[in-house]
Amino acid sequence: MSTAPRPATLRHVARPPRPSRLSNALVFGWRAILKFRHVPEQLFDLVMTPIMFTLLFTFVFGGALAGSTGDYLQFFLPGILVQTVVFNAVYSGMGLSTDIGKGLFDRFRSLPIWPLAPFAGLMAGDVLRHLIAGGIILGIGLVLGYRPEAGLAGTAAAFALLVAIGFGTGWVFIVLGLVIRTPTTVMTLGFTVLFPLVFASNIMVDPATMPGWLRAFVEVNPVTLMTTAMRGLMAGHATLAEIGLALSAPVALTLALAPVTLWLYRRE
Amino acid sequence: MSIQLKSCAKWNKHDISNHDCSCAHNHTSVPFAGQGHGHEAMKDTTPHDQTVASAIRARGLVKRFGPLEAVAGVDLDVPRGMIFAVLGPNGAGKTTLIRMLGTLLRPDAGDATVMGHDLRTAPHEVRGEIAMTGQFASLDEDLTGRENLILLARLWGFGRRDARARADELFAAFDLSHAARKRVKDYSGGMRRRLDIAASLVVTPGVLFLDEPTTGLDPTARQRVWRMIRRLAASGVTVLLTTQYLEEADQLAERIAVIDHGRKIAEGSSRELKAATGSGFLHVTLAGAGALERAARVLEQALSAPVQISAEGARLSVPAPTAAAANEAVAALLAAGITPEEFSLGSPSLEEVFFALTGQSPETEGHP
Repeated sequence: MSTAPRPATLRHVARPPRPSRLSNALVFGWRAILKFRHVPEQLFDLVMTPIMFTLLFTFVFGGALAGSTGDYLQFFLPGILVQTVVFNAVYSGMGLSTDIGKGLFDRFRSLPIWPLAPFAGLMAGDVLRHLIAGGIILGIGLVLGYRPEAGLAGTAAAFALLVAIGFGTGWVFIVLGLVIRTPTTVMTLGFTVLFPLVFASNIMVDPATMPGWLRAFVEVNPVTLMTTAMRGLMAGHATLAEIGLALSAPVALTLALAPVTLWLYRRE
Repeated sequence: MSIQLKSCAKWNKHDISNHDCSCAHNHTSVPFAGQGHGHEAMKDTTPHDQTVASAIRARGLVKRFGPLEAVAGVDLDVPRGMIFAVLGPNGAGKTTLIRMLGTLLRPDAGDATVMGHDLRTAPHEVRGEIAMTGQFASLDEDLTGRENLILLARLWGFGRRDARARADELFAAFDLSHAARKRVKDYSGGMRRRLDIAASLVVTPGVLFLDEPTTGLDPTARQRVWRMIRRLAASGVTVLLTTQYLEEADQLAERIAVIDHGRKIAEGSSRELKAATGSGFLHVTLAGAGALERAARVLEQALSAPVQISAEGARLSVPAPTAAAANEAVAALLAAGITPEEFSLGSPSLEEVFFALTGQSPETEGHP
C-alpha cells in the first residue's frame, strides 16, 4: 500500500486569491533564471560566436580595415554588442518552439493566468541573457584595449538601449517560435534573415566604400541605426535623433507583434 | 452524413441494437443511454440547474481541421464526481474533444459548460476550475520536479512558502520525494506521469482532464496511475479521461462514451455496453492459425453472426444467443474436422463491444 498516494494528495486545496499579472510574469522570469542555473551551457552558445567574431575581426581584418587593431576594436565593439543581442533572440524563439512541442505551453494555456505572462517571462530571461552576454563581450573588449569614451554612464545608457533592441527583436522570434514547430527550423530561418541584416550594416565596416545600391539599404537597415546609436552612446556623442531612430524598429516590432503573439497563443 | 449512415448500417448488420436508424444521429438514444443517474437527475430541471448538476455538459461540439471533421457533433453529460472515459481508436477525435473542453481549442460549433461556466463566454473561469494533463508530460524538463510544482503553485497565486509546502506535500503523496530535486529529464516514464498528474492537483480542480494517462506505461506504472485516479475521484474530483485501452475504461470508468470518426457511437456503463452487444459470446481458441479461416466460416454459418478474429490470430469470438446455439456451433466445428484447443461461453469483452459498434478493433484502426 505504500505505493498508493496517501490521503494527503486528496486534501482539498482551494484556489488562493488570484495573483496579479506582474506576479504571473515574475514567476516566468524566475523560470528563466532557473533554466540558467540548470543549463549554464546555453551561455556558451550565446557568447562563443561574438567572442570569435571580436577576436577574428579585430586581429585578422582590423589592421587592414582601420589602420590598427586598436582603432578597429574601438569601432567594432559597440556593433558586435548589437549583433550578439540580435542573434541571442533566436535562441529564445528556439526555446519557445521546444516548450510548445513538449506540450508545456498547453499546460500554461489551460491555467487562469495572464496570457502574456509566459512571454514576459521569456523576455525577462532574454534581458538577463543579453546583459550577461553583453557584459562578457564588453569585458573581453576592455581587456583587449577598448575604452568607452563616455565612461560608465555612457556604457550604462548603451546597455539600456541594447536591452531595448533585444526586447524588440525578441518578438520576431517569439512569433516564429509560436508558428514553427521544429526548433532547428526556427534557428535556420532566424539566421537566414539575420545574417544579411547584420553583415549589410555598419557593424563591421564603414559603408562609405559600398556600392550605391547597397549603401542605400545599409543606411536604412535598422541594425545600422542601432549600431550608430550604440557607438554614439559609448563614445558620448549620441544625438536624441540617433537614439530615436535606433529605437524605432524595436518599438514598431513590439507594437505590431505583441498582439500577434497573443492571437497566436490563443488561436485554434 | 455518410458516416452516420455507415455506423447505422453497422448497428443493423451486427444486430446489437434494434433502434430505428432515423434516430441514430442522436447517439445518446442508444437503448441504455439515459439510464445513468446523471441523466435521470438532469431531467425536467431548469437549464440553470442542469449546468450546475453536471461537471461537463456539451451539446453538438464540432471541430474541423480543414476538410476533416475531427469532432463531428458530440453531446456529453458528465455528472460531478464521476470517472468518465472517452474510448476510441487513434484519430477518433478524443484529444480534440478534450482540448476543446479544456479551452485549448475553440469549437467551430456547439456549446459546452464546464462546472457551470460557458466555454465560449467564460474560458478564463473554466480554466480556474480545471486541470489538464496532456498526452505528453507537460513539464519543464530542464527544471527539477519540485521546481516545476512550485512554478505552477506560484502561478496559481500561492506565496513562496505555501508554494514550497504544497510542492513537498504533493511529492510525498505521490511517492516521489526521493526525486524531488532531480531534473525531470532524468525521470522515468511512470515518474513523469505521476508528476504530471501531481502538477494538475496543485489546486484541487473541479474537473481533471487526463488525455491517455497510461499510454506508454508498463503494467506496474499503469496500475499505480489507476489507483491514483480512483482515489482522486473518491475525493470528489470529476475525472474525464481518454483512452484507447478498453481495459482501462472497463477498470476505471463508471460511464464510457465510445467515440469513432468524431462521433459518439455509444454511451453507458461498461456493463450496459456489453449487454447491448449481446448476452453471450462464444470464444474459441485453435491450436494453430492454419484452420482459422475455415473455422471462422463454420462459426459464422452456425450462428449467423459476424466472427471476430483476434489480433494474435488463433482466437475467434462470435455472439451466441444461447448455450445450446454455442454448443451446436462447437459441434459444427468438430464435424468439420477442426478441434478447438479451448472454448468458452462468456459475456463480451469491451474489445468485442467496440468491434460490434465500429466494425473494427480499437488497435487496428483502418483495418476492419
